[in-house]
Amino acid sequence: MGNLIDIIKSDVRYEDSLKACMNCGICTAICPAAEFYDYDPRRICDTVQRGDEEQVEKLLRSDTIWFCGQCMSCKPRCPRGNIPGAVINILRKVSQDMGYYKESYMGRQQVDLMGVIGDNILNIGYCVHPDVVFPEKHPEQGPVWEWYIKNIKAVSPKFGANYHGKGAGALREISPETMEELRNIFKVTGGMDFHDNILNGPHNE
Amino acid sequence: MANRFWNEYQKTIADDHYFYERSCIRQTFFPGSETAFLRMLREELNKDIFDDFRQHTCTGIGYHTDLVPLETTMTVVARLFSLMTEHGYENYVPSCVTSFGVFTEMVHMWQEHPELLDKTRENLYKACKREFNIPKNIAHPSDVIYHFRFELAEKMKYRLVNRFTGKPLKVVEHIGCHYAKIFPDKGVGKAEFPYVLAGMIEAWGGEVVDYPERRHCCGFGFRQYLVQENRGYSVSNTKKKLESMEPYEPDFIVSNCPGCSMFLDRWQYTIAEMEHKTYDREGYGIPVLTYEEMAGLLLGYNPWELGLQIHQVQSERLLDKIGISYDPKEKYKAADGRILRAPEKPENLLV
Repeated sequence: MGNLIDIIKSDVRYEDSLKACMNCGICTAICPAAEFYDYDPRRICDTVQRGDEEQVEKLLRSDTIWFCGQCMSCKPRCPRGNIPGAVINILRKVSQDMGYYKESYMGRQQVDLMGVIGDNILNIGYCVHPDVVFPEKHPEQGPVWEWYIKNIKAVSPKFGANYHGKGAGALREISPETMEELRNIFKVTGGMDFHDNILNGPHNE
Repeated sequence: MANRFWNEYQKTIADDHYFYERSCIRQTFFPGSETAFLRMLREELNKDIFDDFRQHTCTGIGYHTDLVPLETTMTVVARLFSLMTEHGYENYVPSCVTSFGVFTEMVHMWQEHPELLDKTRENLYKACKREFNIPKNIAHPSDVIYHFRFELAEKMKYRLVNRFTGKPLKVVEHIGCHYAKIFPDKGVGKAEFPYVLAGMIEAWGGEVVDYPERRHCCGFGFRQYLVQENRGYSVSNTKKKLESMEPYEPDFIVSNCPGCSMFLDRWQYTIAEMEHKTYDREGYGIPVLTYEEMAGLLLGYNPWELGLQIHQVQSERLLDKIGISYDPKEKYKAADGRILRAPEKPENLLV
């Protein structure tokens, strides 16, 4: 392509995210992902800042950009005011737009994630809702969660919730009119194409 | 001099007339907390707060999982602001720390790039025929409670004091990364001197535990939890925090972010089941409360209406320490009064 750096720099978030990294490594020292994975946000900033197209493309095709947990602990500690976590957002967007994410194991997880979180947003208007936190897929939620899901209709009114009810309140059913407006926003702003491309696009064999 | 510097760590919090935005995670795991917050505002403080049935997700989890493009999230945020505008409100109160970060980020980008604001207005009108104003004030609900902490203290029936020893309860507080790490100026105490929850704890008689990993992430990590095989990341981070706070023997943890509240609770269960390890002396775990639950309990709200029974680490021992009365028979009753069978007991974590 030869213009990955231009694409990355054209993201409106770039200006705030990477001004001039001096490679001090504070971001890596504070980073929870760097403790858990073979991950180094300092090196990512360095690679992007150097502007070597080949290296940047390699990064976009790798597992590396998918290790960040988006806590943004890097932001307040960077002496230059950079936001390595937001650089990651840009790299992930470009990786998905270019189809490179399919070439890494961690990148391919986006397909499953889109099938859950992306579909939740477009189908029910929530990112997360008790109906989609299945106890069998969430053993860490413990027996209390299993109990709550089994009894949610009987118990949740006690907490003032309006589970699947009309009108306002926690866990209300989001009306068809609101859902239509939400989906229209996705259609107008490219969110729907992005969703469909991850789930069914040319990169998804 | 000290006060002058500390003033730089404060934020403006509106006094009244709020538009409330519900949180996907808080509704899912702590619906009683949202109910309690509205009750406190309306009944204890006589404030005006509006809860619109036409609201929806802010897409924050999708945005930070890189599933929803920036322009889409920006326009979704604009629609939520249009509801606020339509009802004549100017003060926006999002119930989730992730949402709080997202709203703050979008407003920041509109201020820095007015052409993006124009584009968002165009997109919103095209999609929904709606218009919006940017809020004059965005405050997390914990900011609002912090703002009125002394007024609430006057109405409280209990204090954060161990009634057996007369000593302040030792409280670990966790503000959640997106409350102040992305935009430090928008959080009370900024990222390094977290005070939004600490201010409540101190005003209500407790003692804040300042432990080494106080500012460390709870470990949510968005895709690092949502993908089942990545969850080792999430539990490892919580474990790091628990190990760091353990020597201080906290009486409970209070958390700002609904996700953090859930993880700090559930990963204690997971670690107990996997490693036979709990972070209190007796094997019950350290109770985790939302700030609404903490305030609600001290105001005398029913623990079983706040929803403490749907935490995995149970809190009766904490209620006993504070001296809060409760009826154990009510704990597993349905809303219509039927007695439901209690949840299964974990193998290792005592409940």
